Amino acid sequence: MMRIEIVKRPQHSALFSALSPFIALFLTLIAGAILFSILGKNPISALYSYFVEPVTEVWSIHELLIKAAPLILIAVGLSVCFLSNNWNIGAEGQFIAGGIAGSILPVVFPDFQGWYVLPVMLLLGMAGGMAYATIPAFLKVRFNTNEILTSLMLVYVAQLFLDWLVRGPWRNPQGYNFPETVQFSDSAILPAIWPDSGRAHWGFVLALMAAVVVWFMLSRTLNGFEIKVLGRSSRAGRFAGFSAGRLTFFAFLVSGALAGLAGIAEVSGAVGQLRTSISPGYGFTAIIVAFLGRLNPLGIIAAGLVLALSYLGGEAAQISLGISEKSARIFQGIILFFVLASDSLIYYRIRIVSRLGDPALKGA
Amino acid sequence: MTGTITKDGFEKLLEARKLTKIFGTLKACNDIDLKIGAGEIHALLGENGAGKSTLVKMLFGALQPSSGDIAWKGESVTVTSPAMGRSLGIGMVFQHFSLFDALTAAENIALSLDEKPPLDTIAARAREIGQTYGLPVDPDALVGDLSVGERQRIEIIRCLLQNPDLIILDEPTSVLTPQEADLLFVTLERLRSEGKSILYISHRLEEVRRLCDRATVLRHGKVVGRCDPRTQTAASLARMMVGNDIHVIERLPAEETDRIPLIEVNRLSQRPRGPFSVALHDIRLSIIGGEILGIAGVAGNGQGELFEAISGEVLQERPEIVRIRGIDAGRIGISARRKLGAAFVPEERLGHGAVPDMSLTNNLLLSRHSTDRKMFLTGGVLKLVSESSLASAAKRIVTQMDVRKSAENPDASALSGGNLQKFLIGRELDRNPSVIVVNQPTWGVDAGAAAHIRQALVDLARSGSAVIVISQDLDELFEISDRIAAMVHGRLSESVPIDAMTMERVGLMMGGADTTVGAA
Repeated sequence: MMRIEIVKRPQHSALFSALSPFIALFLTLIAGAILFSILGKNPISALYSYFVEPVTEVWSIHELLIKAAPLILIAVGLSVCFLSNNWNIGAEGQFIAGGIAGSILPVVFPDFQGWYVLPVMLLLGMAGGMAYATIPAFLKVRFNTNEILTSLMLVYVAQLFLDWLVRGPWRNPQGYNFPETVQFSDSAILPAIWPDSGRAHWGFVLALMAAVVVWFMLSRTLNGFEIKVLGRSSRAGRFAGFSAGRLTFFAFLVSGALAGLAGIAEVSGAVGQLRTSISPGYGFTAIIVAFLGRLNPLGIIAAGLVLALSYLGGEAAQISLGISEKSARIFQGIILFFVLASDSLIYYRIRIVSRLGDPALKGA
Repeated sequence: MTGTITKDGFEKLLEARKLTKIFGTLKACNDIDLKIGAGEIHALLGENGAGKSTLVKMLFGALQPSSGDIAWKGESVTVTSPAMGRSLGIGMVFQHFSLFDALTAAENIALSLDEKPPLDTIAARAREIGQTYGLPVDPDALVGDLSVGERQRIEIIRCLLQNPDLIILDEPTSVLTPQEADLLFVTLERLRSEGKSILYISHRLEEVRRLCDRATVLRHGKVVGRCDPRTQTAASLARMMVGNDIHVIERLPAEETDRIPLIEVNRLSQRPRGPFSVALHDIRLSIIGGEILGIAGVAGNGQGELFEAISGEVLQERPEIVRIRGIDAGRIGISARRKLGAAFVPEERLGHGAVPDMSLTNNLLLSRHSTDRKMFLTGGVLKLVSESSLASAAKRIVTQMDVRKSAENPDASALSGGNLQKFLIGRELDRNPSVIVVNQPTWGVDAGAAAHIRQALVDLARSGSAVIVISQDLDELFEISDRIAAMVHGRLSESVPIDAMTMERVGLMMGGADTTVGAA
């Protein structure tokens, strides 16, 4: 009689730490192929149009960067939260709060124009995200409230507030009653990086910068050390003289700022006005990006591109295969599932033994 | 009663032949032969990591041997699970109790029984067994309210209810006062007189000499000796365990220094911080340079709370309650107290003194980032971590404390308990602190490493520092302390100079019964 044993490794495995995302992606492709064949599609051509076709043309690579920018920005902030054991699930709400706060200038004061408009918008966006993230942080530190619940519930508050805003006070009077604000003026638009070939905007560059800065902080500074210590053992953190409450605020503020920046960059760079539908769930997908990137900001850049591809693939699949674009969500869920499963290989190894003793060792 | 066998018969109850257990490349047990006769108390001796726990787990069915076999009452058996071990008649009392604090004693016992008689029946049987064997316990009491000794009695009663022929006890006296231990010995002798066998695991050699009929000594997974402990001395038993003579601590008489207290605690009282935390009552202590204060006490009498109060992990109400080198420190945190020259080594290594899945160099930074900022951090306000200076400091500590490790910079959890403790003590000594507070310095540490740690603490004191050692190991306290005080129910007794202290007196103090000094 055989059984499978999961044995704790004495030391975490560096090999599987690096390999785990690739194992997860590989397993996701297999699961996807099975899924497509159940739907009666040729799995090879379906996977091709899902994951390869979108990157065969220049314009669609631009679209990829547009989708990747908010995912990377948010996920980099979330990595700070998750590493420090603060489970911020409300990045979607902070994204929206940033989008709203950053839009104050172009919507309420459309006459302000000049070079200073864009920087002020970006700063306001960050401030909006930060302010919104302060709420769950404060509730956690002061009242020991579970931040998973509070941050998640605040997402719905933000969505409904945005809905009310663009249908009510901020609605474009010349917009034929569509739930949209006025189009932003040119000075309030985040410009394209290479305007000749496509519409990818500077948000992607901001995302790369944020990833590098946060990577440096996490890997080289005492602040990063504090984050990792308190994330692994609050008692050892207290022994080191670190304050868990202070760090909770820090983590929420950083991730709120980056989610807010992603929000205003999306509104100003990709959409050009505030609408009810500024996010196809970036704040939630970024959670998957953060884990697929191993909570390492540099890994998150790669993971952000992969998940952005799943959005494009979903759209492509809808056109060429006639599958709902919601299939992208299924892929994202499958990826997260396999990432978390593969991660257990970092700390555990699997071995197969017979019921009585260990034949491999007995034979030796 | 099952075993009605003559006492001197030593009829074989259990015989293990060539038992071997391999974990990866490590032979935790290597060709171990063990015979336990009926009606004997058989000691299993060995340092930490000698293979005692592995051996016992195989006998009890919690682990499967890689090779070798076990004969029970003359018949070859394969013990596949603890449940099967119990049904054969092998009972085990673990070192770490598995009781639920929020349930009564009787409810806890009921949980472990295979059949489910009504609670009243269990309570009655528990009372009856308690009376027969001198294990008084109230079956209706909440376990959370009971002392450690009483909890151990519940575990033993729970084990006896299964009517076992062989009872395995893992370090049973490590949590008891000397008086409580004496009561336990009476119980064990009574069980022996009824023909039951006991496998007694301990590293306390005096009690093994007093109690046990035979001893099997393990070292590095092998049997290195069998003897009648009554004919041995503690020193000869220790030699067998360790393989060479144990280093004797050198303790020069304390020099007369200028008598300024380096650490003082004044009237420290504190409410419990949680349901399983102990309140502290009016604790006072004062230690001058060059002196070691030993704080004895059974676990759970407020030692951990006292440690966290002195370290600054928990702040006091007023600044003057804790004074370090004459400076009021009651309202400043642990980093600021370290900067005043204090150092701390907590009881739990993994998860308090060290982060388990972080490397040694990172764990070095853990307690040194504020005191040694110039050495370990560069880049001004950026506070960049200097890996190279951390690596060289870690290397220095590893050499100084003789830390054995398998890799250049392993995770803390990859080190054995003793080696990690040597590193954590070395981490603090490397700073030359003027005050050090150590909670259970050698708990679970093998004899060689323990001697090394004790010598390092004595040397630090003799160089002029004040040292507080909180320990459950009385031999250790007598070996290194200049004064000994005891903690009971969150109170600290007056300290007694080592010359005036006896085992009996410290035992009474730990029980809270020493009225001559306790009330002062």
